[in-house]
Amino acid sequence: MAITLQINGKSHSVDVDDDTPLLWVLRDVLGMTGTKFGCGMALCGACTVHIDGTAVRSCITPVDSVGNSAVTTIESIGSTPVGASVQKAWLEHQVPQCGYCQSGQIMSAAALLADNTNPTDSQIDDAMSGNICRCGTYVRIREAIKSAAASSRKGG
Amino acid sequence: MALPMNDGPDRYAPSRRDVLKVGLGAGGALFFVFGLPTLAQRLQPDPGSAVAKSAAEPEAAPFVPNAFIRIPPSGPVTLTMPYVEMGQGTYTSVPMLIAEELDLDLSQVRLEHAPPDEKLYANPLLGVQATGNSNAIRGAWQPLREAGAKARAILIAAAAKRWNVEPSSCGTERGEVVHPSTNRRIAYGELVTDAAAMPVPDKVALKQPKDFRLIGTPAKRLDLPAKVNGTATFGIDARLPGMAFATLAQSPAFGGRVKSVDDSAAKAVKGVRQIVRLDDAVAVVADHMGAAKKGLAALTIEWDDGPHAALNTSDILAELEQATQKPAVVAQRIGDASSAIENAPTKVEATYHVPFLAHATMEPMNCTVHMRRDACEIWVGTQAIARVQRAAAKVAGLPLEKIIVHNHLIGGGFGRRLESDGVERAVQIAKHVDGPVKVVWTREEDIQHDMYRPMFFDRISAGLDASGNPVAWHNRFAGSSIIARWLPAAFNNGLDPDTTEGAIDLVYDFPNFQVEYARVEPPAIGTAFWRSVGPSHNVFVTESFIDELAAAAGRDPIAYRLGLLDKSPRAKAVLALAAEKSGWGAKLPSGAGRGVSLQNAFGSYMALVAEVEIAKSGDVRVRRVVCAVDCGIVVNPDTIRAQMQSAVVFGITAALHGEITLKNGRVEQANFDTYQMLRIDAAPTIEVHIVPSNEAPGGMGEAGTSAIVPAVTNAIFAATGKRLRQLPVDPSVLKEPS
Repeated sequence: MAITLQINGKSHSVDVDDDTPLLWVLRDVLGMTGTKFGCGMALCGACTVHIDGTAVRSCITPVDSVGNSAVTTIESIGSTPVGASVQKAWLEHQVPQCGYCQSGQIMSAAALLADNTNPTDSQIDDAMSGNICRCGTYVRIREAIKSAAASSRKGG
Repeated sequence: MALPMNDGPDRYAPSRRDVLKVGLGAGGALFFVFGLPTLAQRLQPDPGSAVAKSAAEPEAAPFVPNAFIRIPPSGPVTLTMPYVEMGQGTYTSVPMLIAEELDLDLSQVRLEHAPPDEKLYANPLLGVQATGNSNAIRGAWQPLREAGAKARAILIAAAAKRWNVEPSSCGTERGEVVHPSTNRRIAYGELVTDAAAMPVPDKVALKQPKDFRLIGTPAKRLDLPAKVNGTATFGIDARLPGMAFATLAQSPAFGGRVKSVDDSAAKAVKGVRQIVRLDDAVAVVADHMGAAKKGLAALTIEWDDGPHAALNTSDILAELEQATQKPAVVAQRIGDASSAIENAPTKVEATYHVPFLAHATMEPMNCTVHMRRDACEIWVGTQAIARVQRAAAKVAGLPLEKIIVHNHLIGGGFGRRLESDGVERAVQIAKHVDGPVKVVWTREEDIQHDMYRPMFFDRISAGLDASGNPVAWHNRFAGSSIIARWLPAAFNNGLDPDTTEGAIDLVYDFPNFQVEYARVEPPAIGTAFWRSVGPSHNVFVTESFIDELAAAAGRDPIAYRLGLLDKSPRAKAVLALAAEKSGWGAKLPSGAGRGVSLQNAFGSYMALVAEVEIAKSGDVRVRRVVCAVDCGIVVNPDTIRAQMQSAVVFGITAALHGEITLKNGRVEQANFDTYQMLRIDAAPTIEVHIVPSNEAPGGMGEAGTSAIVPAVTNAIFAATGKRLRQLPVDPSVLKEPS
């Protein structure tokens, strides 16, 4: 049956099984390929999107559970102030290497900073340890989150 | 992977075949085409060393619109990238080499992936078109700067002719030829027609390091803006009108086959289009991956497990161990190690072994194929595009020129994407599908049907004199040779340069030294290059064992090493720097320890100090890593730091978690719960100190991975007195008795 989703401020109607993971609707049905597939079991965080501002793993989120909630993906996170500051910090610190996991990293970081503009190291660990980076960019992710937090506090 | 073909620029002699060609192409753009000097031309192995000679004499570079440098009448200059970007920063450092000499800013260039062409884009150090072996900069350093300099000389000549002035009175400034005395300037684009008719200079002077404007600066990566906003296109992101999506199950036991398939439930899944049955795999083709995965789960497949149904990792280990009990092929011999050990007052002996490792690239294996009757088009991210083209031609039953391959950014390579198995599998499936199909492996398939870093077993011994100094070293090891399969021409007399790197040509001065290698291929399970292949195993063994010798001599590990380095000043310097920066010798709390490793691999020297702390449970945490690196001339220092940070995390992941085991012919690990990765909460602080150097550039993509592992296990020894001779680290051995 047709399911209507609110994604990045637009309404999309898709005809898939109710239990189809949101990830495949985004990537394959709607062609929004910025959100990545990594594990299919919420173990790696590559598929992270926001649902009403909360970071969720789209690979295990059945599409019929989303309802009218607002889905935000990497394609539009830059239009929020915190998302823009995270992307800017990611470039300043030259975080990505292969870059494949970075959509998910940025979405997790943006959700963290939306709630907490001054996270401690252990709060960063808690928010980010669900996101694997095989290139090992963790040192720079930590630095970039701190610098995005600082610029958010300045209202930047 | 590591080949000893890293003859530096001092040994590089341009031949008539590297001559740059110039001309006009489509759209009136000026092309500069040149062949990179290939293996056959450059390879001059030391007499007696076990290195291949390729018989293939390369053709002169054809003049085709696959130029390295393309200058259009207006707009950015296009550079074709002979190496693919997989996170190592090559799409920034390679353009830096050309732009430095051609006098462009990085903002004035755009990049293109190279199409398959073994002749034009062959990696100078491998002889084939491939990105690996940490050798992009090592291979490109001289020829790409020369290409840029020659292109610049031609543009200057064209402007000088037009202005009727001496070329030597002209200069260049960021994409323009200038004539300072008359204050004239003209953009490169306006010179393209004139330049195409200019002769190519035989020789040009290259800039002196003091004049570098880009090289040595921390240039921002050109590929990163697209990697923070979701627009970067990896192979898995290829999209075609009407495409189908497929996923697959391959025989769980290596070498098994499909016996029967009940696909009635799968076909009933909404969105499933068809089921493709192959000899040893079944694929579900659907409207999207969600339906394909659901369909796959609904299949009932009966497998014939085949001839390796009883194979366990312990069987392979036993075979490797046995192979080290008899003499093997000598890879390096100095003096007479056996009798020197026999006669030494102290003899130290040990055996080591390391497991199979999966690559676990974050982008799972995938490939999109559109199979038509007379052609086959492929979208994939590959480290070896020409190899992929050949493999696809074979499976498709089409001539090479009918296989079109589009390369993409790579979501993690580490050697996995030097292989063509994923492309072959996708073509097999696509032959049954009408229209384009994207084949994506689940993570479980990706881990259970990888081609793995081989297992190795080492039997090692040394003799110490009365004061504890080593008088002899003997190491015999057994395991798979990847080169023997991947580049057979480089496997000679039972040896290849990758498998032995890090075991021979050590930085230490031993009067008697012998290393032997026994090639033992495991049954059924495929082996492949894996970030820092040979060194990933050898450096763990040699740097652990030298630590054992220091302990046997009752000496400090760094002081002991320093005493053996009189013939290796670069090694000595990095070791001394690492000692200083790490605060070596300063007291650590109980349960913590510091360990060191020293390495010369991929043309770079490095010393690493790791600080670990061990919990009562035996769990190991690496808190801090200090790296001292001498990689010769640095093209992009920020990339060097990034690659060290990356390689250290990759190596710690292997040291603490990495192990693929087989039971009944099947891989036991399946996803990131059973094949674990280091996460941010366990990542150490990593400091990188670069030694300024004017030596030829060394490779940096892989070296840190091999260097960190023994630094960690040596630190564990320092903290606990327990010597770990197999990987990964087993916390139960380190657990405090309760």
